[in-house]
Amino acid sequence: MTTTEILNLLPYSQPFLFVDELLEVNENGATGSYTFKTDEFFYKGHFKECPITPGVILTEAMAQIAVITVGIFLGQEKIAKTFSMPDIALTSTEINFHAPVFPGEKVTVTSQKKYFRFGKLSCDVKMMNSTGKIVCSGNISGILKSKKCE
Amino acid sequence: MTNEELIGKLKTIVKPYIKNEEAFKNMNEQTDFLNDLKINSANLVDVILDVETEFDITIDNESMEKMLNVKAAMDIINTKLAEK
Repeated sequence: MTTTEILNLLPYSQPFLFVDELLEVNENGATGSYTFKTDEFFYKGHFKECPITPGVILTEAMAQIAVITVGIFLGQEKIAKTFSMPDIALTSTEINFHAPVFPGEKVTVTSQKKYFRFGKLSCDVKMMNSTGKIVCSGNISGILKSKKCE
Repeated sequence: MTNEELIGKLKTIVKPYIKNEEAFKNMNEQTDFLNDLKINSANLVDVILDVETEFDITIDNESMEKMLNVKAAMDIINTKLAEK
């Protein structure tokens, strides 16, 4: 499965898609990037007159770029068989935040699979800014189910 | 290993994931992981991975689906240990 195919299978759209580019996706992890646009919807309120990317959005970007993509890669045979994306659900996050991300910044996310067992995928993830500094890091887990989201 | 020892080991394993202290205190063979201890299904996977590490056994999908209460877990662990 190519990174373009995986990108097209991601179940998100504007204004909640936080993936521009997938550099690598395999059974052990993924790397990709996103540039936060200066007019993202959440900058208007976080914070008042001082836009900084919210931690929940950084967490979401890490999950989209480097956890869901690995889930799609691992579930590709099932996806091909059923012609549908499996249901996905976030089950836990444990993230530390080290530096702020301002409007217009490009971030790169890398993950390392901890395990994929009984439909649960657990990944250690980290996000870096354009200077190579770690912005946030931790663990994100989710469940893949084969039934289709109606 | 006696049943008491086995339950003791299971108690240590499930402790980080339980949401019902009362049921945990009284944990016995009849205790259900999801309904009594209120462990969520995603964390049940972690319980099973910790069981694998603790007893050095491999739990297959079929056994995993049955491992919903203490009694079933004890049976599966004893069976897998006997197969070693």
